Amino acid sequence: MSFFNVFDISASAMKAQSVRLNTTASNLANADSISSSIDQTYRARKPVFEAELNKASQAQLESAQVKVAGIVESDAPLRKEYYPEHPMANEEGYIFKPNVNVIEEMADMMSASRSYQANVQVAEAAKQMLNSTLNLGKS
Amino acid sequence: MAITFDKALGVHQHTVGVRARRSEVIASNIANADTPNYKARDIDFNKAFAAAKSKQGGGMQITNERHISGGNSQFAELGFQVPDQPDTGDGNTVDVQKEKAEFMQNGLEYQAGIGFLSSKFSGLRNAIKGGQ
Repeated sequence: MSFFNVFDISASAMKAQSVRLNTTASNLANADSISSSIDQTYRARKPVFEAELNKASQAQLESAQVKVAGIVESDAPLRKEYYPEHPMANEEGYIFKPNVNVIEEMADMMSASRSYQANVQVAEAAKQMLNSTLNLGKS
Repeated sequence: MAITFDKALGVHQHTVGVRARRSEVIASNIANADTPNYKARDIDFNKAFAAAKSKQGGGMQITNERHISGGNSQFAELGFQVPDQPDTGDGNTVDVQKEKAEFMQNGLEYQAGIGFLSSKFSGLRNAIKGGQ
């Protein structure tokens, strides 16, 4: 039955988008976490999506679920600031701020929640289609 | 004067099946709208319908129990969409707005097919009961 596959596909996409929302929340929350060395500074995290073609069973070749292949840290340069009075400043008087771009994160958040909604709608529509199939012949 | 369901139900039993499969393909496109290098796909309705009517499974027939299943995926009907916008940089060709509209339309056509089937059934029931 194809509709059960639709539920699986939408669920996988919803899961992937919620991972994306989670990383965005984590990035925004840590946008101002200051540290005194490059190694200890928070770096923006981004999930990497991958289409998962179920090659094991040929019957499901038509559909592709979404898989989160991993979460990578952004290698954009950290923001280095000269702030000798700051308690976290290192010997040279610098503090390090995370490479989180707040505007980018906000745009990402909206995109993720939109995609999530789209997949909820798909599952809802599939549910209606399945319901009308189950009610076939009654009346 | 036997009633065969095949004749009584007409084409709608096949269209509904093809619509159901197509909904799966479109759901897959929408789900992978943010996946890099994913290419949008679709089912050629005419080919799929013809195959469903002639009862060709598409995959290979299993004539021995030790054969590996060829699956029921019909490669002839499943194709990649030609993108109508330039590549946005991540190799993804899904146009979410278009896919959502297609999914909605496909769903309505499915409901229409179910509606036809439903009226066929009530017609049969009416004939069996003799209008009582």
